[in-house]
Amino acid sequence: MDRMPHWADAVLVPLISLLLAAILSALVIIGIGEDPIAAFKLMVDGALMRSSGWGYTLYYATNFIFTGLAVAVAFHAKMFNIGGEGQAMIGGLGVALICLFIPWPHWTLALLGSTVGAALFGAAWAYIPGYLQARRGSHIVITTIMFNFIAAAFLNYVLVNLLRPSGAMDPASARFPESTHLPTFNEMFSTAETALFRGAPANVTFFIALLACLAVWLLMWRTRLGYEIRALGHSESGALYAGISPVRITIITMLISGALAGLMALNTTQGESERLILNATEGAGFIGIAVALMGRSHPVGVLFAALLFGFLYQGGAELALWTNIPRELIIVIQALVILFTGAMDNMVRAPLERMFLALRRKEG
Amino acid sequence: MDLMTILQVLDSTVRLATPLLLACLAGLFSERAGIIDIGLEGKMLASAFFAAAIAYMSGNVWIGALAGVGSSLLLSAIHGLASITYRGNQIISGLAITMLAQGMTVLIAQDWFSQGGRTPSLVGQARFEPITLPFAEALAPVPVIGPIYHELISGHSALVYVAFLMVPVTWWILFRTRFGLRLRAVGENPAAVDTAGVSVIWLRYAAVLICGVLCGLAGAYLATGLQAGFVKDMTAGRGYIALAALIFAKWRPWYALYACLLFGLLQAVAVRYQNIDLGAFVLPVQFMDALPYILTVVILAGFVGKATPPRAIGQHYVKER
Repeated sequence: MDRMPHWADAVLVPLISLLLAAILSALVIIGIGEDPIAAFKLMVDGALMRSSGWGYTLYYATNFIFTGLAVAVAFHAKMFNIGGEGQAMIGGLGVALICLFIPWPHWTLALLGSTVGAALFGAAWAYIPGYLQARRGSHIVITTIMFNFIAAAFLNYVLVNLLRPSGAMDPASARFPESTHLPTFNEMFSTAETALFRGAPANVTFFIALLACLAVWLLMWRTRLGYEIRALGHSESGALYAGISPVRITIITMLISGALAGLMALNTTQGESERLILNATEGAGFIGIAVALMGRSHPVGVLFAALLFGFLYQGGAELALWTNIPRELIIVIQALVILFTGAMDNMVRAPLERMFLALRRKEG
Repeated sequence: MDLMTILQVLDSTVRLATPLLLACLAGLFSERAGIIDIGLEGKMLASAFFAAAIAYMSGNVWIGALAGVGSSLLLSAIHGLASITYRGNQIISGLAITMLAQGMTVLIAQDWFSQGGRTPSLVGQARFEPITLPFAEALAPVPVIGPIYHELISGHSALVYVAFLMVPVTWWILFRTRFGLRLRAVGENPAAVDTAGVSVIWLRYAAVLICGVLCGLAGAYLATGLQAGFVKDMTAGRGYIALAALIFAKWRPWYALYACLLFGLLQAVAVRYQNIDLGAFVLPVQFMDALPYILTVVILAGFVGKATPPRAIGQHYVKER
């Protein structure tokens, strides 16, 4: 018998963790002499009360959906892919090469091409750690951390020495041609009378992120491969006994995970900056970990958690703009969420389990 | 390249290797006891900030260093709580601690000093001064030995000597004391240690706290010895390089020294020469930056030697009931 109902595990535990993180963050805000309630109001106003605020919230959420799904898929196979950051960087390189060197007639075709490019490059970057884990037993956490740094150095080299237009100072590629520019929400939803999402970077990639959620759900719970991935995550010896090859599944899982992380570059590189820049990922690979943990590795959970973090990011930017609270507050909140949902999970869970047991005893 | 240039590069190698070495030995204690610590970076960062901030306020670098070690210890205690008491995921805990430090240091720095997440520059007693070893001046004119002693061995700050001294001390503690034997045993087979009547929990907490002290020293050196003050994200991945060095060293103290000196040398060369012209081709500076990580992956892959971690690393110990 389960110690507590499924809904409590899926909803109550993350919510209580979030509440704990919020209380501690409020204390931090009080500590630096600001008013947490006013700060929260400001965040809501800035992120959710205007359509341009939503435009930023959804833009950030798009990034976090991709990286969150990437971490979640790996979690199902009991693997911890910390390398989303690096995979997204290399995915950006794929997007840039496709956009710069192939003359696309229309953005729809360009988007198809760059989707393939981003996924392939991201997957390729995840392949080596996946292979090393499967074949050589090298700890995936350590190798993916190392690959983040290697990716950063590699991208730096490529941008400075190869892709930078001659005469340009900053390490960035040339601008992508007009025909590859993705339509933003502003262009898609504004009518003649009202301009919606003005100046916000949210773009058509958001819908690809939604599709990715659906695809991951189908993959994990409606296909044989997804079953094999989950079986491997539950028990390696059990999976082996069932005729599932751990080596094969480990590598395939990492390829999917890397491809999802790579897809994030569609949003940042093709959708927003329209050229390849250094540090386009801005830590989104790590936020993916928080998102996957909060979302309990389920696509629906990931979607909601990504929206929440999108709100936090946009709200945090507003706070930094109008108050004395720096943007780094968001990193603190993110750290607390990861700490409570991931590492101190048992601290939240144990009292809840006891409570449900006590309730059940009363009924029985 | 003359002797003086070589000595200058080696001198900066020693300086740059010091924080790596302290953090690497910190990780060594923790991981030998079976607790993975990828939060070295965060603890260093927190300590760097508090060391610089308190040193600036008090004007005394030692009080600053103490505050730095204290902050690092606090984060260690959180890591211990999460990974030992609550049996949480040690990797996630380490990651969260690093993020916590990245956010909080800037937040507090902005609140205290309003300089965009940095501390004011430290001067005089608020920094670690170089120590001139005896006879350094007298020996300086002696050819070869004189400059080596004067430039390379003498003239570092106290924490550099502490760091290098910690190598034999760590070796001695781990391999020549009862505590060290138990600490290593708890990382290999905690059940056996428990059967012998020794507390697994206590030993692991002790290891994690030692790790905190050493990380604290590493951060304090960074902000008050190597540089004069704290700037946002000043550890710049050093905690991860230390982690890489730890694996490169196969979790052994003397090898840790060699690994940290090697990675320090790479940093020193990358700082001094941007691109290295090898005649046939040019070695880009980015390659030098990435080399520690590439080497670690190669070692981890087991193509050159095999790095075997402590057997019970990352595993929780649950007493049978």
